[in-house]
Amino acid sequence: MLETTSSLPKAAPSGLRGLANPTRFLALVDATLPWLIGITALVFAFGLAQALFVAPEDYQQGATVKIMYLHVPSAWLSMMGWTVMSIAALGTLVWRHPLADVAAKTAAPIGAALTFLCLVTGSLWGRPMWGTYWVWDARLTSVLVLFLMYLGVIALWHSVEDQARAARAAAVLTLVGAVNLPIIKFSVDWWNTLHQPASVFRMGGPTIAPSILIPLLIMAVAFTLLFFTLHLAAMRNEILRRRVRSLLMQQAEAAQRD
Amino acid sequence: MTFLGIDLGNHAGFIIASYAVAAVIVGGLIAWVMADYRTQRRKLVDLDRRGLRRRSASARSEGQS
Amino acid sequence: MTGLGALLLRDIRLALRLGGGGWIGVLFFLIIITLIPFAVGPDLALLRRLGPAFLWIGALLASLLTLDRLFAADHDDGSLDIILMAPAPLEIVIVIKALAHFLVNGLPLVVAAPVLGLLLNIEPPGMAAVTLTLMVGTPALTLIGLVGAALAVTLRRGGILVAVLILPLTIPVLIFGVTASNAAMSGPVPFGTPFTILCALSLASLAIGPFAAAAALRNRE
Repeated sequence: MLETTSSLPKAAPSGLRGLANPTRFLALVDATLPWLIGITALVFAFGLAQALFVAPEDYQQGATVKIMYLHVPSAWLSMMGWTVMSIAALGTLVWRHPLADVAAKTAAPIGAALTFLCLVTGSLWGRPMWGTYWVWDARLTSVLVLFLMYLGVIALWHSVEDQARAARAAAVLTLVGAVNLPIIKFSVDWWNTLHQPASVFRMGGPTIAPSILIPLLIMAVAFTLLFFTLHLAAMRNEILRRRVRSLLMQQAEAAQRD
Repeated sequence: MTFLGIDLGNHAGFIIASYAVAAVIVGGLIAWVMADYRTQRRKLVDLDRRGLRRRSASARSEGQS
Repeated sequence: MTGLGALLLRDIRLALRLGGGGWIGVLFFLIIITLIPFAVGPDLALLRRLGPAFLWIGALLASLLTLDRLFAADHDDGSLDIILMAPAPLEIVIVIKALAHFLVNGLPLVVAAPVLGLLLNIEPPGMAAVTLTLMVGTPALTLIGLVGAALAVTLRRGGILVAVLILPLTIPVLIFGVTASNAAMSGPVPFGTPFTILCALSLASLAIGPFAAAAALRNRE
């Protein structure tokens, strides 16, 4: 086996290229993860306290507006998850960044779970407000389609044995999906406005009062931190999983030779 | 209906259910990531004990011996 | 006869010869439209109102079923590798294959639609509208479907995965196809507005689909 020899030590590349080395990335995650977990927990605690105890009730919806503090951040994150996957997809296809595959694969289940949370909280919010667990409202429908697309990407990752191939296929699908998401959103909007529901519910007043907006933003930040914390931890797991796999393959090859 | 000192109004059940589902989903994600970490670490330790190491890791340990 | 023309003829001949040709798609379409009244009930007014929707879903599913083997068949007999080595750009080759698929599988569905519309008691303006929207929309379904077919090309039994991957992407085409048909039948919205958007979606799928499918094929190994 050819070993590359170099008498001079190479300077470590900086920036994203510097993170290309999985070992360095793992070291980075090991160092920063405890801090991230701590900050996430703190922001969540503060946000929940604000949302549940401090924020006022909506003059139309009463206390049920408190569901919004879960529903809206998870909706934003469901889209952010696909954005992260799309950037990772570009990393795989265009820049061939080694960790892009890992980033893409691990973002999908987290994004899917948050999309599911958005759907369920929306449904639970809809029941008291609209009288039904599900409405083919433009936004709910778009999120449902997004959820289906997440599941499709996850299915693709698990259908292809060779992870490098799976990464490229998933990257293409993610980018096609990214292009489609605004189209789907627009077309579902159109489809819904032609069949306006009998009663249209509006959030209390034309603008969201700061006393409600600020807890919402804090919760959004909390959820975002949660996403990135989980994502980095999951990336670490995936790198370790691939090491296990290559070691097992090494062992199988050695057994074959003997 | 009052819950934990907050007046949750008529639809308290839905609010509680939402936060419960959120706790389950977020908790589930955290549990999955943590369990997966432990599983992979355990497998790597196990393989290491069996003598299977990555080339760089074995080079390091050989350099020390 | 240029290389691309030869490819087109080859694909058309293969599609016509294998697995029942264009007729099996129409047969499936017919079966679905026949099944629906059993599920929905024979109420003619209801069938007329929902007719365009059923026709569109039937056409969508029939297209899907004929798509998944498109690249897989070439992959199995090795001709995919030859096609990829050809001097013609892969994207153009894909458009040619899409054209062949549309001619053999899509067009019969379009022709069958007004006939099946009779079974659903759709009035003439509705039937004309559905046929026209299918004419414009089935190329979009083919082109989007090709992306899924390319992604699943090396998988065995990739058929259902292809459906799972591309059906969400075909939702806009479905929405505007049905909306345009309904607009022609009743609604206050003029037929032209959703129809124009449907045309735009088809053109967009022509612009994006071949590139995505080519990327998927190039990265298949």
